[in-house]
Amino acid sequence: MPSILEECIGESCAVGAHSIEDYQSEMPRWCKGCGDHGVLAGLQRVMRKNNVDPENVVAVSGIGCSSRLPHYLRTYGFHGIHGRALPISTGVRLARPDMKVIVTMGDGDCFSIGGNHWLHAIRYNIDAVVLVLDNEVYALTKMQVSPTTPEGWKTNTTPRGTYLQPMNPIGVVVGMTNVSFVAQTATWLPAHLDETIEKAWDHKGLSFVRILQRCPVFMPQAFGEGGLNFPVTFLENENGIPVHPGLLKRGPAKPHNHLDINEALQVAASVDPAPMGLIYHNPELPTYEETRFGRRKRPDHDTFLKRLNSTMDRYAV
Amino acid sequence: MSGPRLVRLPESIVEIVSDAGEGAQKAAVSFAQVCAKAGNGLWTVEIIPSEIQPPPHTTGSASGNRIRLAEQSPVTNVGNLANVVFAFNEMALLSRYEAKSVADDALILIDNQWATHAIESYQQSYREVLAMAREKGATILEVPLEEETLKHVDNPQHGKNMFAVGLLCALFNKDLEILKEVIQGVFKKKTREVIDTAIRVAIAGYQYGLANLESQFDVPALPTDDEKVAMNGNTALALGAIAAGFDLCSMYPITPATSASHVLSEIFEDFGGFVHQAEDEIAAIGVALGASYAGKTALTITSGPGMALKTEFQGLAVMTETPLVIVDVQRGGPSTGLPTKIEQGDLLHCLYGTPGDAPKVVLAASTIEECYYILSTAKKIAEEFRMLVIVLSDANLATGQQLFTRPDISRTSRRAPLDLSPVPEGSLPYDWDPVTGLSQRFIPGQPGGMGVITSLNHDRNGKACYDSERNQRGHQMRSRKLAALQKSLHPPEINGDAEGELLLVGWGSTKGAIEEAVEQARSNGLSVSSVNIQFLSPLPPGLKKIFSRFKKVMTVELNYSDDWDDPLINQENRRYGQLAWLLRANTLLDIDCYAKVPGRPLMPIEILEEIQKQVRQEPVTSNL
Repeated sequence: MPSILEECIGESCAVGAHSIEDYQSEMPRWCKGCGDHGVLAGLQRVMRKNNVDPENVVAVSGIGCSSRLPHYLRTYGFHGIHGRALPISTGVRLARPDMKVIVTMGDGDCFSIGGNHWLHAIRYNIDAVVLVLDNEVYALTKMQVSPTTPEGWKTNTTPRGTYLQPMNPIGVVVGMTNVSFVAQTATWLPAHLDETIEKAWDHKGLSFVRILQRCPVFMPQAFGEGGLNFPVTFLENENGIPVHPGLLKRGPAKPHNHLDINEALQVAASVDPAPMGLIYHNPELPTYEETRFGRRKRPDHDTFLKRLNSTMDRYAV
Repeated sequence: MSGPRLVRLPESIVEIVSDAGEGAQKAAVSFAQVCAKAGNGLWTVEIIPSEIQPPPHTTGSASGNRIRLAEQSPVTNVGNLANVVFAFNEMALLSRYEAKSVADDALILIDNQWATHAIESYQQSYREVLAMAREKGATILEVPLEEETLKHVDNPQHGKNMFAVGLLCALFNKDLEILKEVIQGVFKKKTREVIDTAIRVAIAGYQYGLANLESQFDVPALPTDDEKVAMNGNTALALGAIAAGFDLCSMYPITPATSASHVLSEIFEDFGGFVHQAEDEIAAIGVALGASYAGKTALTITSGPGMALKTEFQGLAVMTETPLVIVDVQRGGPSTGLPTKIEQGDLLHCLYGTPGDAPKVVLAASTIEECYYILSTAKKIAEEFRMLVIVLSDANLATGQQLFTRPDISRTSRRAPLDLSPVPEGSLPYDWDPVTGLSQRFIPGQPGGMGVITSLNHDRNGKACYDSERNQRGHQMRSRKLAALQKSLHPPEINGDAEGELLLVGWGSTKGAIEEAVEQARSNGLSVSSVNIQFLSPLPPGLKKIFSRFKKVMTVELNYSDDWDDPLINQENRRYGQLAWLLRANTLLDIDCYAKVPGRPLMPIEILEEIQKQVRQEPVTSNL
């Protein structure tokens, strides 16, 4: 007779339970202290928790430090070109709605060179987990100003300080038609980060997550030295991201109804303190691929030929 | 009354022009369909203003069609000068003279309302334009178009075109019953009342013609057993995309490519596919590439300015060896250029526009019929070679209509389901065959095939690498696929003798006009042949051998080149047409070019004049 423990192990093996190692590829080559490591680990954990088969996940990225992430996942991955991760992801979803899609981009990648795709992807509402790893600087190209660099900060292209106020990407996203999921978290809050990624994973539709993380090499002072001195407010809701008591050392919590777009817009407009948690959620919106597939027919070969033939009749003389 | 005299003709070219919005397009489509149903060979080309509502009664407002009808099918080009012009006003007529499109002895039919119009300046320009036409030798028939149409409808804007088409059917001795059938088809989405009125006005035009025409033209159709279809090149591309088994066309609106997407948007969903209109040209190719990567080879369709925006993604397709098909329906450039008009100026951009060495396949359709079949070829090559395939069409093919043999639908390939079987252990994502560079790609969902494909240089394992050896190897392997494909191509067929004084070389839609000019020249005893090149990358084998048998080789293309007698131009600085540039580089032969950018298809007659100029030139200086 097998013991209960042996039975459990046997059963979990039988259903093909995956281990963290199943989602790990080569050793990440990011700098020491970079927040990208934490996001990678969070993604691996959420896949493990959902026991998803690695061959059914496609990780898509653009160009930049964070866009190396697909290299370090043992799933399918597409490390593309600067700013264009979202169109590729849309194509993957339109071709293969059976694939889980993860998109990782940086702040320059998503908000600047990929800005147009970003706006429209929100509106398409494809089903994908979209993580923007925002370090408020172009790091891979060695410290140029990004759309989110704080006003007055010095970079190699703004040696006497930046000229403009930083963009508030959360405000842009919540203001976009057909938005379905918006959250903000930070890599210096690992449990909050993990739980945000999980929530994003579970959402059907485009889950937009802005992850604040400082670049330890080019912008170590960002986010109050990486969260040490960065004012935040945690958004509290029983269906939102849990606010564990430990977090309250970082900032206060306030109740927030993330299902209410007007409340969400109000929260999205505030940048200091930065709102952390689930800002807006509409689980009911149809995805673009659902809408498109819903209208599409799948004829068998004979029907296909019959239809092609009758189409050709229209042009017959 | 004895009625008009019947004059038999082997072919005729008719132009119908009105102000934009007055319906000359619809009249022309109806007339073309009547000719097609009668079995005439046919080629039509649109005359379109670039604006939707340009100021009326100006040359810039002229909108309509040219229809070349003939005894025989296929007609392969738009032909020479128009024999008949039906103009709704004198400025529309003038625009055709300004385009040097009208034969001196043409028959002009024109609305005579302008002769007595309340606006004095119209009266005057009407008199002047008609006097000019008469001076050239035109026969003018002033038709009370508006007046007669008003007897049947309240608003002549909705009816003049039907009167005109009725009159043209009388002029060309067409069957009134066929015309009625065509009108029912053209207006099938309208009410019974609209259709009945249209038919009534058309009959009135027909009867007016019989009563007032001095002669009728008869272009009889030669009998054929072939079933025929008539459509434009964009429609042929759309139907061809469906037949080729594409599931996704991702596009952004751009003239003159967009109408292919209109056809697809209407019917693609019934065939299991759909059109995605992306937020911009870049996203359009990105979505197509993403879908192709995920296993469903997709299509994107655009024109020159869109091609420019798509170059970075083209590089990504090449680097990741993801199959992808782009259709470029060329228009006049550079920049916004001539959006509605033909040019072949994207050739070198398609070949070399992508930064870095980015080998890709480029092929061109030369007839509307080919537009139907070419996407099957393109898809097959893209998938088997893991390559980017660019298919070139142009504004002439896109908007022209041609009659051709109905495609045999039963030969359409079955669309294979995705093979998601596990990847055998030890397989590599770029397991390049060292001779051909070919490898098998993995599709997301295949167990064991997980790994990243990257825009960075990579090795057989798909891993990013920066060392010189593996960079050289990656380039080699991507390039070698082109050589492997080239080995499977045949030398192009020669139209005419395999040797002689002059060889004309063209590509794309100039084929018909070039061949017609060559046949004419040969029947006049001139030693000239021609070749049309379908594959521009890789070029087919045997070109140098073919070229070497002619004293002079010259490309004919709708591209810019400096003329020898232009100021400052000499052997060192003359810029050649794009095809000439390519062939000179490829063969190291001194290939000349007849290359110009008239914004319209080349006429056989102008090519014939060039042949005469070249072959008479003695002695032929050439270092071939």
